[in-house]
Amino acid sequence: MCGVCGCGDHSHDHDHHHDHHGPEHAHAPGLSNTRMVQVEQDIMAANQRHADANRRFFTGQGIFVINLVSSPGSGKTTLLVKTIEGLKGEFPIGVIEGDQQTGLDADRIKATGVPAHQINTGKGCHLDAHGIGHALEHLPSLRGGLLFIENVGNLVCPAGFDLGETHKVVVLSTTEGEDKPLKYPDMFYASDLMLLNKSDLLPYLDFSVETAQGYAQRVHPGMACLTLSARTWEGMENWLAWLRKGVAAAARPKVLLSEGT
Amino acid sequence: MHEMSLCEGLVQTLEAQATAQHFTQVHKVWLEIGALATIEPEAMRFNFPIVARGTLAEDAELITEVVDGEAWCMQCCARVAVRRHGDGCPNCGSYQLQILEGQQMRVRQLEVS
Repeated sequence: MCGVCGCGDHSHDHDHHHDHHGPEHAHAPGLSNTRMVQVEQDIMAANQRHADANRRFFTGQGIFVINLVSSPGSGKTTLLVKTIEGLKGEFPIGVIEGDQQTGLDADRIKATGVPAHQINTGKGCHLDAHGIGHALEHLPSLRGGLLFIENVGNLVCPAGFDLGETHKVVVLSTTEGEDKPLKYPDMFYASDLMLLNKSDLLPYLDFSVETAQGYAQRVHPGMACLTLSARTWEGMENWLAWLRKGVAAAARPKVLLSEGT
Repeated sequence: MHEMSLCEGLVQTLEAQATAQHFTQVHKVWLEIGALATIEPEAMRFNFPIVARGTLAEDAELITEVVDGEAWCMQCCARVAVRRHGDGCPNCGSYQLQILEGQQMRVRQLEVS
């Protein structure tokens, strides 16, 4: 898969540049041996190249890819298991699981019968696009189907790393503060859909759905929001419908899109 | 936390530049960080010396410059400066903002030998 770096293992990331523009010879004052060079280079460019390659692959295969992000304990894995149970058999589904340690989440997914690959980030706090490219080597073809990437439970770092996904989807559970969109705005800005999970607990909490949605809108005007409970299935059909629509659109031959039909 | 891996990316960038622009030692790095990038300048400055140890950038000074983001305000129909996500338009207070710039982290220039 890794056509970007051509590497054979997961541990390093080649970053070759072959533009031999002449060096700028502006000398720093007072330091005879030193000189200034102009660079203007984006540090995120390496991840972006991998993300772009992943996205080309997904587009070519017609795969709808969801990068699922949230803080730890929002119910992402339970939501995934229930979602898979609701969609299984309709199209190919695969899951890439990201956690610092253990293969527990991948085991829970595999128990549903769909292929899953676990990435352990070790000390890392996020998944990166290079790791996703290699994780794909461990999954069967998902052509015309759905790939979930369950990111490391962390509302900060994963916001900055494009994995090549179609959409980031942020899960906020009702047991967390309704002000999370304001406290962690980068993630809510980066996500296209907010899922308010654990709606079955609303009667026991002071959580205001309206306030949470209002804060999310302030950070990301126009962001879609669905309220649901993976445990009781309340609202789940809306989420499944959103996914089915996305899968159908991604699987449609791209030639039709370019003709505007 | 992810600033550690961003610092690794920064050192890789410096190594690539060393080949392209013919230098062996980096003394100073000027880094431009967009106010809307998910990057904490303080954490970059903390992590950089650790990551740079044993590389061409060992003991190099990292100078970070945070630049305001820019957004299009739908109410004002104008470009406005934004310091963080979730802030309103500095002119009219509206949250109907379309972010245009400010998520970059760019090496601007280097002092090298």
